[in-house]
Amino acid sequence: MKENRVKHVFVCLCLIGAVLAGPLTAKASSQSTIKYALPRLVKIFGAGGVKNLYAYSTGFLVSPEGHIATVWSPVLDTDKLSVVLHDGRKFEAEVLGAEPHLDLAIIKLKSERELNLPYFDIREKVIAGPGTRILGFSNMFRVATGDEPVSVLHGVIEARTDLPRRRGAFELSYSGDVYVVDAITNNPGAAGGAILTYNGKLLGMIGKQVRNAKTNTWVNYSLPIDVLSKSIEQIITGKFESSENQKKPDTHAPERYRPVDFGLMMVPDVLYRTPAYIDSVLPGSLVAKAGLQPDDLIVFVNDELIKSCKTLNAELGKLESGDLLRLVVRRDNQLVSIELPVPPENK
Amino acid sequence: MQRIFFCAPFVTSILMTLLTLPVFAQTASVDPAVLVAQKQRVDVIKAVSPSVVAIFGGTGEGGGSGVLVTPDGYALTNFHVVAGAGNFMKCGLNDGRLYDAVIVSIDPTGDVALIKLLGRTDFPVAKLGNSDTVQVGDWAYAMGNPFLLATDFQPTITYGIVSGVHRYQYPAGTFLEYTDCIQVDSSINPGNSGGPLFNDRGELIGINGRGSFEKRGRVNSGAGYAISINQIKHFWDHLKSGRIVDHAALGATVSTGFDSTIDVAEILEESDAYRKGLRLGDEIVSFAGRPIRSVNQFKNILGIYPAGWTLPLVYRREEQKTTIYVRLQALHRASELQEQAGQKKLLPEKSPQPGDEKQPRMPSPHAKPAPTPPPEKYKHLYVPKTGFANYYFNQQQQDRLLQALNESSNFSDRKGTWTLTGKQIDGGDFTLTLADKGIGFEIGNDIFLQSLETGILVDEPPGTGGLLAALHHFRLLFSGQAERFTDFYYLGSERLDGKNELVDVLVATQTGTISRWYFNKSDLSLRGFDFYLTENSEVCSIRFENFQTLNGQKFPGELEILYGNQPVMKLKIEQVKLETLENSK
Repeated sequence: MKENRVKHVFVCLCLIGAVLAGPLTAKASSQSTIKYALPRLVKIFGAGGVKNLYAYSTGFLVSPEGHIATVWSPVLDTDKLSVVLHDGRKFEAEVLGAEPHLDLAIIKLKSERELNLPYFDIREKVIAGPGTRILGFSNMFRVATGDEPVSVLHGVIEARTDLPRRRGAFELSYSGDVYVVDAITNNPGAAGGAILTYNGKLLGMIGKQVRNAKTNTWVNYSLPIDVLSKSIEQIITGKFESSENQKKPDTHAPERYRPVDFGLMMVPDVLYRTPAYIDSVLPGSLVAKAGLQPDDLIVFVNDELIKSCKTLNAELGKLESGDLLRLVVRRDNQLVSIELPVPPENK
Repeated sequence: MQRIFFCAPFVTSILMTLLTLPVFAQTASVDPAVLVAQKQRVDVIKAVSPSVVAIFGGTGEGGGSGVLVTPDGYALTNFHVVAGAGNFMKCGLNDGRLYDAVIVSIDPTGDVALIKLLGRTDFPVAKLGNSDTVQVGDWAYAMGNPFLLATDFQPTITYGIVSGVHRYQYPAGTFLEYTDCIQVDSSINPGNSGGPLFNDRGELIGINGRGSFEKRGRVNSGAGYAISINQIKHFWDHLKSGRIVDHAALGATVSTGFDSTIDVAEILEESDAYRKGLRLGDEIVSFAGRPIRSVNQFKNILGIYPAGWTLPLVYRREEQKTTIYVRLQALHRASELQEQAGQKKLLPEKSPQPGDEKQPRMPSPHAKPAPTPPPEKYKHLYVPKTGFANYYFNQQQQDRLLQALNESSNFSDRKGTWTLTGKQIDGGDFTLTLADKGIGFEIGNDIFLQSLETGILVDEPPGTGGLLAALHHFRLLFSGQAERFTDFYYLGSERLDGKNELVDVLVATQTGTISRWYFNKSDLSLRGFDFYLTENSEVCSIRFENFQTLNGQKFPGELEILYGNQPVMKLKIEQVKLETLENSK
């Protein structure tokens, strides 16, 4: 009986303790999440620095060897890409691969030695719904340099939805689901940062700043990790069909379609590697209807990187009637993505 | 039976929790922890709201926020809030009343200003916290009057977390530099400037003043910055001095060297750091007791201390570590400071990019109010003087210290020639003669003279930094002739010699020479003084020991003399002859 009494007292004390410790543990878990996450975030410095192009962004480690997931942006468009870890260590980095449709790029630290860095496990595809509390991590406004950790924001997921329902309003090439949050996560330099649940689960990658052209408002969103993780893994393991690794156009490749078949008039192919700029668009053609314009630079055809007019010809030549042609063009530092059905072959 | 009995306290405690929060009693599904956390927030907000100040210009236009820190009405705010608000302001508290307030001091570099609310001696105050213990992820309440919404002066509360600590934000021009500041995601908007940042215990940890805005227009964009309260603690007595307070420079710049060390990149030969042995290429290991791993860290530390403070610095040269105590020099010239203080400049934040015309228009809380005549009742509380925000408050501090000196050592009836005789410890006899015409010093077989008629003051005896000229300042101050100094003011407080107790500092200048007088902050006893032949000369330090009573007045029994912190001699005074003015003639 006495033993029983002691037990009851103990249970009561535990319960009271739990009540009192509630807010403390909530705080403790966010603090431990911050301690866990900060060493996994990196500061990226690259190309840019003129006008509205920022020369810095954020990334997060996805492998112990120094693979970093970040946003696919002009910052990476340089030979001198540098990455600063949370402890101030500075590395050169190279772009390993990119998935423009997901606004995703994977870069890798150059190092002779084995790095064994802390990282996020992207195979753990955590999904969260509206109301979930999140912490956002990014080097917004380049507040942090050297060994200073990136900034932390707190907020709540408002929705998991797709932004392009209002396509035209948002200047965004990505068309899948996003997490919309109530924290002001999407600031200059914040893209490529991460949002985590309070208990430390990676939820998504903070996207580029996107403005609604009609209301002049900005949306705070992240790309869900469950959408990104497959591509991240494929790029890391080298299984990704990265167009970077494509060999020169095969001379025996089929030549079923030419640019003009879609209404595209390209600039004259005079160089070994002439950039695939659109010279003009035939009025009333498929691409004209899809909204392509002269001076657009074709960068991707069905996920293949278009390095030159030659690769464009090769990629278009491979198409078959009834295929879906997805084109990504660069226009004024924005990526514009269009889709159109491939017409019957014109023999 | 046992079970019921022993569970009772638990059930009761739950019931109590629910009863104290009747609004939420119906929603029994709410986690009690949430209710406890909510009550905690409500309690903290209730406790600290009375100390939050809504500041308006003299005419009631423009404005910002502030926070009361002493019951007699001293309140902290931003320099950029009071700049242009006039010398007298109107301040609203959450009791709904409007109080008059007067400017006390400004710190244009640190973007801090001290004002004094008038009419009460029992103002509600905020409790100061310790900003060095603030951690990323801590909850933080920003309070103030964003967009000047509160017409009843109830502060607006925005609640967020600490996003970063020890942040460095570049100055706008050479002023308004935010060093070692706290970054929060609590919403900071125009009008919040100068308002308090509280931690979850309701302790004041910072003064909100800045944000990163860029293209979204000048409203919160998720990154607000607060000046750390620990920086303000260093400046506290300086701010009570009524002066235009300056920040510090080392006289050397640093850059990141090989292996990410922080090395001296440039150094001025006339700087104290150079005199103490710091050279080009030396690695800075620590500064003010904090390890240095980045240039920002170095700037962070330098930025939180007033000019004139002495701080420990550890440097490494060829594996050899050396600790020196460096006196910091002023960051700005006096003329630059005055220009900045007089200039009615508004918020320094980056202006919106061109092409943002579509931005919704925000009310401008920083609109320039027209200067208004001071309230008749408080007119005497403002005294203009070059170099001061309000000389009235400096006079108050001078009076406080001189009065303390007069109470213990009043020799104002002895304005004639003074003759001090005694022994140098471990040396021969000496005779010191202090007169208006000059100073004479006979020690052993040597005689040293400093004429006061030629106007040229020299390092006499050589290698002391001008001991004889220093003793002239000593006689003037002790005989109650402070008015004979060209300039005489209260500076603030600092650690004596960078490592001892906190002392109040009076500064006296005469024909280019400077003396700094150190009063123990707790008992106001005079500890000694430092003397400089010119602004950049090596220091002659005189420390007083063993005060002796002379006709009921205290006179130093021993003078310890140091040159550049190295002991030179110690004089034991055995006989003192202080003549009145009539006797001398």
